[in-house]
Amino acid sequence: MSWLSDFFGDPANWSGPDGIPARLLEHLEFSALALALAMLVAIPLGLLIGHTGRGGVVVVISANLARALPTLGLLVLFVLLLGTASILPVIIPLVLLAIPPILVNTFEGIRGVDPELRDAAYGMGLTGGQVLGRVLVPVALPLILLGLRLSAIQVVATTTVAAYTGLGGLGRFVIDGFATKDYASVVGGSVLIVLFALAVQLVFTLLQRTTVSPGVSRRVKVRQVASGRETT
Amino acid sequence: MGEPLLARLIADGPPSLWEWFARNWDTGRAGSVKDLLGDHLVMSLVPIVAGLVLALPLGLASARWRWLYQPTAGVFNVVYALPSLPVFMLLISVTGLSKTTVIIPLTFYAIAVLLPAVVDGLGSVPDHVRQSAVAMGFTPLRRLVQVELPIAVPVVLAGLRVVAVSSISLVSVGALIGQGGLGMLFTRAYQNPFLPPVIVGIVLIVALALVADGLLVLAQRLLTPWVRARRAS
Repeated sequence: MSWLSDFFGDPANWSGPDGIPARLLEHLEFSALALALAMLVAIPLGLLIGHTGRGGVVVVISANLARALPTLGLLVLFVLLLGTASILPVIIPLVLLAIPPILVNTFEGIRGVDPELRDAAYGMGLTGGQVLGRVLVPVALPLILLGLRLSAIQVVATTTVAAYTGLGGLGRFVIDGFATKDYASVVGGSVLIVLFALAVQLVFTLLQRTTVSPGVSRRVKVRQVASGRETT
Repeated sequence: MGEPLLARLIADGPPSLWEWFARNWDTGRAGSVKDLLGDHLVMSLVPIVAGLVLALPLGLASARWRWLYQPTAGVFNVVYALPSLPVFMLLISVTGLSKTTVIIPLTFYAIAVLLPAVVDGLGSVPDHVRQSAVAMGFTPLRRLVQVELPIAVPVVLAGLRVVAVSSISLVSVGALIGQGGLGMLFTRAYQNPFLPPVIVGIVLIVALALVADGLLVLAQRLLTPWVRARRAS
């Protein structure tokens, strides 16, 4: 436990570009950026494929393949190929690995909507877009949010590993501390990352509680860990 | 870090992966690709098997005493959200720089996926089937082994496929504490910038995951012959 007090008690760890607040902010920025880019690709694509019913098999197969991809390998591959002049080589694998959970769960969520519900919406004279926006998305929301949560967990973990290839963020404390045998930094950094991951998990759980229509959450049972992440 | 290798890749053409693989497969020294593959198999298979062995009784207990399910699933849901690298690092002070440090967290992740699978699988047993078994005089144990577990197999195996594939790819993160199986190829390639080991490592890990996945699909076909029989009729 003295490692923890050494780490958190050291005022030098609380300021400057390699202090805890700066690293925490970096971790948040990289994770949020990767998640946002992944959402930008995966949600529209998932809605489209779920709504039209075309290409579903491809989505499921590629998501399973993506789970098999080792994150560290992808990070090293992109960084070796593109260099470390920008953060782009690190962001690409982060986004690539964040897409599948969102894509699969959005697709499954839309596809799993009761066909009678969909027919009723069309019968009431709603257009295709209205059916999607007012009926399918609200009903599929629990699964879409599950996908976002799994993806966020994944991104936080991958961002940690990405510190190995020179990215900032909380992983720096752990990776650098391990390399220099500074165990206070390793243990303190690890605790920070664990707390950060728990906070992210909490935020997404609350989001699920507050945004899903009560009529939906009572009827639809969301299967936890329905689509595993490919973790790091 | 040297220069980006993309430019050289374009100029020189793709590197000969096969040549690198053949030269490093069995060097006779520690850390040959063969050794790393062996380590990788141990560190991924132990969590898969141990996860199943532990999740089965937990799932059975949770299915029987429903009040147990929410808290247990809650704990494992939290565990599942923890990134592996800091967990490895925190475990080092207990289990040292050993394979165990990688195996323990992966086992917990496996339980987190398998526990709901076991509970859902047992929940997928239709009531009339269970009642028929009771009416035929099956004892609770025999009913469990001969009726309920076989019906739960597809759901449990679906979970096991997720566990197998993600465990195999996750082991590589252990390379950051020197215990990564094939993941060691990534750290080596990064320290001494060279593409073939990275690509060979990725290919081998994905291939291993696909083989494991294929074996589990095969297992499901063998364990649930009635599914195909029903489809054929």
